[in-house]
Amino acid sequence: MTPEKLVYMANQIATAFARLPEDAAVAAIADHIDAFWDPRMRAHLLDLVEAGAPDLSPRVAAAAGRIRKPEAA
Amino acid sequence: MKDFIIPDPDFGTPARRSDKTVTLTIDGFEVTVPEGTSVMRAAAELGIEIPKLCATDSVEPIGSCRLCLVEIEGRRGTPASCTTPVADGMQVHTQTPKVAKLRRGVMELYISDHPLDCLTCAANGDCQLQDMAGAVGLRDVRYEAGANHFETRQNGEANPRYIEKDASNPYFTYDPSKCIACYRCVRACEEVQGTFALTVDGRGFEARISTGHDDFLGSDCVSCGACVQACPTATLQEKSVIEMGTPDRAVVTTCAYCGVGCSFRAEMKGDQLVRMVPSKDGKANRGHSCVKGRFAYGYATHPDRILNPMIRESIDQPWREVTWEEAFEFTARKFRGIQEKHGVRAIGGITSSRCTNEETFLVQKLIRQVFGNNNVDTCARVCHSPTGYGLKTTLGTSAGTQDFDSVEHADVVLIIGANPTDGHPVFASRLKKRLRQGAQLIVADPRRIDLVRGPHVRAAHHLPLRPGTNVALLTAMAHVIVAEGLTYDDFIRERCEMDAYQDWAGFVAEDRHSPEATEALTGVPAEEVRKAARLYATGGNAAIYYGLGVTEHSQGSTTVMAIANLAMATGNIGRPGVGVNPLRGQNNVQGSCDMGSFPHELPGYRHVHDDAARGLYEKLWNVTISDEPGLRIPNMLDAAVGGTFKGIYIQGEDILQSDPDTKHVASGLAAMDCVVVHDLFLNETANYAHVFLPGSTFLEKDGTFTNAERRINRVRRVMAPLNGLADWEVTQHLANAMGAGWTYAHPAEIMAEIAATTPSFAGVSYDLLEAEGSVQWPCNDAAPRGTPVMHEGGFVRGKGLFVVTDYVPTDERTGPRYPLLLTTGRILSQYNVGAQTRRTGNTVWHAEDVLEIHPHDAETRGISEGDWVRLASRSGETTLRATLSDRVSPGVVYTTFHHPETQANVVTSDYSDWATNCPEYKVTAVQVALTNGPSDWQLSYAERARAARRILPAAE
Repeated sequence: MTPEKLVYMANQIATAFARLPEDAAVAAIADHIDAFWDPRMRAHLLDLVEAGAPDLSPRVAAAAGRIRKPEAA
Repeated sequence: MKDFIIPDPDFGTPARRSDKTVTLTIDGFEVTVPEGTSVMRAAAELGIEIPKLCATDSVEPIGSCRLCLVEIEGRRGTPASCTTPVADGMQVHTQTPKVAKLRRGVMELYISDHPLDCLTCAANGDCQLQDMAGAVGLRDVRYEAGANHFETRQNGEANPRYIEKDASNPYFTYDPSKCIACYRCVRACEEVQGTFALTVDGRGFEARISTGHDDFLGSDCVSCGACVQACPTATLQEKSVIEMGTPDRAVVTTCAYCGVGCSFRAEMKGDQLVRMVPSKDGKANRGHSCVKGRFAYGYATHPDRILNPMIRESIDQPWREVTWEEAFEFTARKFRGIQEKHGVRAIGGITSSRCTNEETFLVQKLIRQVFGNNNVDTCARVCHSPTGYGLKTTLGTSAGTQDFDSVEHADVVLIIGANPTDGHPVFASRLKKRLRQGAQLIVADPRRIDLVRGPHVRAAHHLPLRPGTNVALLTAMAHVIVAEGLTYDDFIRERCEMDAYQDWAGFVAEDRHSPEATEALTGVPAEEVRKAARLYATGGNAAIYYGLGVTEHSQGSTTVMAIANLAMATGNIGRPGVGVNPLRGQNNVQGSCDMGSFPHELPGYRHVHDDAARGLYEKLWNVTISDEPGLRIPNMLDAAVGGTFKGIYIQGEDILQSDPDTKHVASGLAAMDCVVVHDLFLNETANYAHVFLPGSTFLEKDGTFTNAERRINRVRRVMAPLNGLADWEVTQHLANAMGAGWTYAHPAEIMAEIAATTPSFAGVSYDLLEAEGSVQWPCNDAAPRGTPVMHEGGFVRGKGLFVVTDYVPTDERTGPRYPLLLTTGRILSQYNVGAQTRRTGNTVWHAEDVLEIHPHDAETRGISEGDWVRLASRSGETTLRATLSDRVSPGVVYTTFHHPETQANVVTSDYSDWATNCPEYKVTAVQVALTNGPSDWQLSYAERARAARRILPAAE
């Protein structure tokens, strides 16, 4: 998956929870990604957060700490 | 082979519903029936058959044939029993010398104008006229041959009253010479189907059944078969019966087309299917059918079917036919090899919404138990996955809340993003029947679908919204309901989470959500939105039915939640006549979702994070189940392009044609090392496959389908699989080649495993289905005979949850280069990617996909009716013919996606629903221009497809 597409998908989720207060939104984003994203997608996202992807929603970046760490297959 | 003949008695007139009962005596026997029942039906319920010709229990009686005359003590004359309602204490005599004489007289007149070619007639042995002549004891016809309708020539000249047989319809003929003018066909077309295509021309002796057009094919007839079913003679006759003769046994099974899930009697002669007849006992269809289920089954024996397994090392090679063993061994070796090299998660599979529950369960079991990961998805990903997310979040479970009978109790029906007359025709007929009784209709659709204005049906409101603005429209309706105080507060207080409700109510009440404020976005006049919202909230029982026009958007899940919000706010949930009803596209979309086809959910919608649910399967299957969600279909393709996903087993799904952004799908498939396609035909996806496993049709296997109302219906094998193995057997062999050691001998054993491990299916068994005909899940100790209406006492999740639905415009925007919005849909005669229906006589109605464009948009582009046009988007381009239509608004174009030559999905974008990745098929910014012929992609695609389908002659 291209980094652009992954960032786009993560940002879409952040937008869907945009109305929630910061803390609840960050939790909702992390929960959603944990519930629906395969580990390789999560690993890729966490790498992008690490690298400071500029287009990524700040709330997704904030959720990174709460996202379940994927184990290698 | 299972011989399951069910007698199909005709009670003469429809059943009546009444709280009051009436007791009367017929031929000395007492019978008690609901008030309003006819004497004829009351007699039939006693087992006393009164002769009849013009009466049948699918339509209202008209008392025209005068064959059903009876005598009633204390009443004068001989009333027609079909039109005489029962009364308390009535004493009826059905067989007296007087009525016997009258009946013989009536029959004599009928026979005097009927050709007596019974021995060579297609209805021989299946003709009510013949039966009645026998029943009344007609022995003599005293009338001399005079003016008649059946002789081709009279007195050396052409008989002016003779009309030739009309064979224009691909599936049945109309032979006017055999017509007895009983009007049953006309009434069936009106009352059962609701198309009003038939009428009676002339009066008395000149009365003729007519379509008002040159022939049936050129008329408004939708070929549903209701008239053929109603006809008592050979006047309307299936061509298959004309060719093959009458069937000798019937097996009840379930249609494999749309999510209505009609029950049919497959009428057989040996292992030959003579005809499919809708079953009156079918609880989804109540004796009705559409052109697809009734007639379009010829694909099952089409010469294009592949019957031998085939393999190849690479997709540029021709196919090589091999034994089943070799195909399974080859696949197992490839899959295990990939896993050794690229990891356990490098392979996965796709279950089919066309296959049975049992087959789907096995495919996900193969992936979870044998592959050792959760990389399983299903075509519901690209249709109703937002329904799963949206309804689970708001109501607690992913399922329609009603049964189809519920529509008979609805007062207001809101249809959004669905076109039932084409996509779910039998439901549409049931809906139209209710609308003719006075229920009101609201249609929210960019296109003026047939239901907006049709014979004796007119929508109270059509809200022609701009594609992509569903959320804005539904939130505006919610605004009106809240702002005008039309909410059902007691229901909300008792049944829903109050904090969330108040948050939501505050949100929708904001001025920016008013119909006036959102009119610029949706394009729908504010006043219409207000009226529609008021009608929905205050018009009595209000039901919402929706389709893929809701889900296939970047805000698909949000729209589903907006629908649930409306239903909860107005208390329209939890009883007959109301509810939230997703119309499922394919026969077993509901079932495939129920059976754990999603990469994050085990059977019964239990998340893979759920330790208890995983533990259940771990114990039974003796493996560790991964607690990591797997890849969804679009993610699989992305991962394939990225090099981490290398092998896939696809059962009964053509992702290359049906999934969006064809070029992306093609590059994903091309990047894989082992693509296994398990299907009836070499579909488009098979062009990229290394293994082809031939599939079996629904006629060739046992199992169950679950329709859109959660109804589990039996599928029964009526003939042996032409390829040798039913699909569940193929999956079992593949699993065993990979070391699984499965030993299922019959699908009933698979259902037993499903029931043992899935709480909502706990009570389901083949024995129960045999006894009940069908059941709706949840079916367990709490509801041993199933659950017609959900959320009756409370919501599955406990309290209903209102969710705020902020409108977020899609990023697929129109602009100077792509100024029009393309939306897509279905047509009645074709089904999905057309793999089945394109291989039947149905192509006579729809031989190619065409582009509907508003005359205004056409004019500015110089496009005339029938011109070839180029349809281009940011993703790709294709060509097709244009048709000018004001069904679409200016700025919107529309097409279907039934034909691979069109490749409508070359054009659709890669955008998808935020929650589920369900693709945004319904909105694509496009430009349309005149062109000379097929695009480069179409030409090169056709060439590649031809090359990819080469099959080497079988080796000796």
